[in-house]
Amino acid sequence: MNLKSTSKTKFTTEPGREVTQDACRLCSPLGACLAFKGVEGAVTILHGSQGCATYIRRYLISHFREPIDVASTSFTEETAVFGGKSNLLAGLDNVSRQYSPQLIGVATTCLSETIGDDVAAVLRDRVPANPEETCKVLNVSTPSYCGSHADGFYRAVRSLVTSLTEPAHETFNRRLNVFPGMASPADLRWLKRVLKDFGLEATVLPDYSDTLDGGLWSSYERIPSGGTTLEAIRAMGSSECSLEFGHALNPLDSAAVWLEENRGVKRLLTGAPLGVAASDLFFHRLQALTGCDFPAELQAERGRLIDAYADGHKYVSGKRAAVYGEADLVATLALFLLEIGVIPVLCAAGGPVNAFRDVMKGLVPDLEERGMEIMSDADFDHIEQATARIGVDFMIGNSKGYKAAKRLGVPLVRVGFPIHDRFGAARNRLMGYEGTQRLFDDLVNTLLSHNQEASGLGYSYM
Amino acid sequence: MPSKLTPEELKQELLKAYPAKVARKREKQIIINKHKDETSANGLPTTTEVLANARTIPGILSMRGCAYAGCKGVVLGPTRDILHIVHGPIGCSYYAWLTRRNQTRPVSDEDPNFMTYCFSTDMQEEDIIYGGEKKLKKAIDEAIAIFKPKALDIFSTCPVGLIGDDVHAVAREMEAKYPDVNIFGFSCEGYKGVSQSAGHHIANNKVFTDVLGLGDLKKPGKYRVNLLGEYNIGGDAFELERVFEKCGITLQATFSGNSTYEEFTSAHNVDLNLVMCHRSINYMADMMETKYGIPWFKVNFIGAEASAKSLRKIAQYYGDQELIDRVEAVIAEEMPAIEAAKAIHRPSLEGKTAVLFVGGSRAHHYQELFHELGMETISAGYEFAHRDDYEGRHVIPSIKVDADSRNIEEIEVHPDAELYKERVTPERKAELLAMGIEMNGYEGMMPEMKEGALIIDDLNHHEAEVLIEKVKPAIFGAGVKEKYVIQKSGVPLKQLHSYDYSGPYAGFKGAINFYAEIDRLVNASCWGLVKAPWQSSPELSASYAYVG
Repeated sequence: MNLKSTSKTKFTTEPGREVTQDACRLCSPLGACLAFKGVEGAVTILHGSQGCATYIRRYLISHFREPIDVASTSFTEETAVFGGKSNLLAGLDNVSRQYSPQLIGVATTCLSETIGDDVAAVLRDRVPANPEETCKVLNVSTPSYCGSHADGFYRAVRSLVTSLTEPAHETFNRRLNVFPGMASPADLRWLKRVLKDFGLEATVLPDYSDTLDGGLWSSYERIPSGGTTLEAIRAMGSSECSLEFGHALNPLDSAAVWLEENRGVKRLLTGAPLGVAASDLFFHRLQALTGCDFPAELQAERGRLIDAYADGHKYVSGKRAAVYGEADLVATLALFLLEIGVIPVLCAAGGPVNAFRDVMKGLVPDLEERGMEIMSDADFDHIEQATARIGVDFMIGNSKGYKAAKRLGVPLVRVGFPIHDRFGAARNRLMGYEGTQRLFDDLVNTLLSHNQEASGLGYSYM
Repeated sequence: MPSKLTPEELKQELLKAYPAKVARKREKQIIINKHKDETSANGLPTTTEVLANARTIPGILSMRGCAYAGCKGVVLGPTRDILHIVHGPIGCSYYAWLTRRNQTRPVSDEDPNFMTYCFSTDMQEEDIIYGGEKKLKKAIDEAIAIFKPKALDIFSTCPVGLIGDDVHAVAREMEAKYPDVNIFGFSCEGYKGVSQSAGHHIANNKVFTDVLGLGDLKKPGKYRVNLLGEYNIGGDAFELERVFEKCGITLQATFSGNSTYEEFTSAHNVDLNLVMCHRSINYMADMMETKYGIPWFKVNFIGAEASAKSLRKIAQYYGDQELIDRVEAVIAEEMPAIEAAKAIHRPSLEGKTAVLFVGGSRAHHYQELFHELGMETISAGYEFAHRDDYEGRHVIPSIKVDADSRNIEEIEVHPDAELYKERVTPERKAELLAMGIEMNGYEGMMPEMKEGALIIDDLNHHEAEVLIEKVKPAIFGAGVKEKYVIQKSGVPLKQLHSYDYSGPYAGFKGAINFYAEIDRLVNASCWGLVKAPWQSSPELSASYAYVG
């Protein structure tokens, strides 16, 4: 790639323009594919052109570096004219026979939504070709022209719950539902371990910690093992409460809201446990649920993290950052940055998020005084221009911000999805004191490395 | 070690899991290679017919992409100064944003390069309901105001045709508004055709009717050629430009690696078209011959021997001793480094096997490089090729036109009253043929593969799994979608779409890179760790059991 010619030319853009230049979001079916990867024995089939499945697979695979199957109903021109019912039925039968899945998640695309295919009706009336088929088939509406990949993710999680979770006859203490949002496999593993250590019987949905970060195979696994079991999803109605991570989550797309309204499971909404304050709150909740003491190991982790904040304050305090990506991640990161003394002067959600500014204002009431600008539905051109105008010391977000960061001459801390230019995205840790520690170290080192590079003298003592 | 199966047994292994209907179809797409039967009744060479370019079965996981991918991603994507606007919801534009790793090299800081951008109308629900033309026009206004491109093209994604947006009408209207900008649209909705191949054809047609012939650039040089179907993955075009320049052959236009709009407009000012990727660009070559009388032949610059052979073909075509000598001198200068590299890498690879499932030409072309390393390609197939890419162009008249191919426009081309010029007389063609240079010819992949090799069109996951288990190749050539599933079984996969972030592999220097790369991957230390010590040695197993 040659950025030379563009690096010298400064293009300016009118506000309120129609052309999206370097989008900061992906389409909603991708989010559904990711969510369904976190269910045991599940396969996704995209109802539309095969290009959608191919592109989405390529994007997810390049991030996780793991096999990801997404089937397609492979529309042709004829299908687009006459409707996708027969392709959908054929696709379901073929997926069912090839994979013997426990669950098939059908996600729509802009094509099937535009022609108005009634997927729910097709599924309702479907008689499997294989009489022995036992798998559950459910659908989620994810037209690419609505929202972003994050919305597709939440909608798919919600559809799992609405289709599967049964009314419960009793509620079990210490049984908990956790909806972690778009977390990394390593964060999911951490989350499950912590919940177990607290003696909780927790259902984390989705859980792609094994399916998207697994070992080599001794024999071929058609569907990689791991994921939340259907049985656990069915029983989510019997939990004491649901812990849902998120700040900007639309209640209509929330699985925990549905469980509260329809299965009487109390919803506790909280930001993802990133940073000391958010982790404190998270562990406090777990303590309240279990009555456990605060474990000594966690106490020590917390101590080390605050010690690191103290050691590193000289590098980060008073610095300015641009944060971009999925709305929930942006909000979570902004709170963390404020905690370490960095001002998130630009908080840009790539998706069209309802009232994102109000969400941020709720989290940081004095954001104007702090000089924080909030954007929603931002593309990278908006982000770059705002960043150039405001002035920042670094950017933090997914790898697609690289071009802007390079042109602006500021370092980039890579967090979120997609990360296509660094190794180990599946193992990125953000959650808990320990995850925050990793992010903090990474952030400080990115700044140090940038300063070191800026001098030609070869300083090795920073 | 896997037991050695006969080709027929292997074929049956691949088919046995399918229900009867699927098996009947796949059987025609899994072919045991057999060379031409010279005694066929009508005198034409026969090969076993491959069912190619057939619809993918819904629910069977395919490697294929869509028409939009073929049009935007493959053919037009590598051109740096045509501003590409994708008309549709955001995903399609985002997913095709530099993912093919095409490279480009602007000649100066003023030379525009839009390749690093991703422009989209980012259609929302209201655009689907009320139509997106207004938004598209405004997007074009904005893009022209900001970037001032010479040319701007519009790519239609799935919903566009269905909601009745007419990108061609918009293009005409906007072109009237901006007479200095060439604006044209592609009806490359994702559901057109059966794979990205449809998109190649759509791209060829529009570039031919709306771009080619508009300019009159003549690059200096005695031997001016176009290189068609070279996309500059990993810098391949840079290496070929180096070699061509050294030989004194002028590359007028490349479709479309490291290319510019102006080169496209003036591509008719050549005496010869060289076709690399036959599948994606043969339409353009044929149409240029009809309209301008520019003949073409097939070349392959993947592999040092193949590169030398292709250069010799060009020299012989011109028949000029000066060029013939210069080409020979270049080959003589390049080959010692090739031999030296082979001496290093071949010993640790010789006798090993490869399988290649990629593209519409790469599965053929890369066999050359593996052959130079002493590795045999025991099974190969394309994702989106047609029968002619397997069996050779002589089968074209017998390819059945079905509903899917009928939907892709075949444009009628006539000789240009002023610009048509016959470059080679039928007598000269015969002479060239006698020298082994077949004009307008491509024999396809099958004649160059050994008898008994397995040809598999549109390979799917299940079949890949059976291949790994039953033939355990030393390396698997395919794309990133297949990479990690293959590597889970302890077999390295070389990405032949995007080159695993390395390259170039074309030409002479590219061949040296490839030898080193394959050696590095096949003999990587990690494969030795796939089995734990207690899994591979019974004595150790016992001792671990006691320790454990």
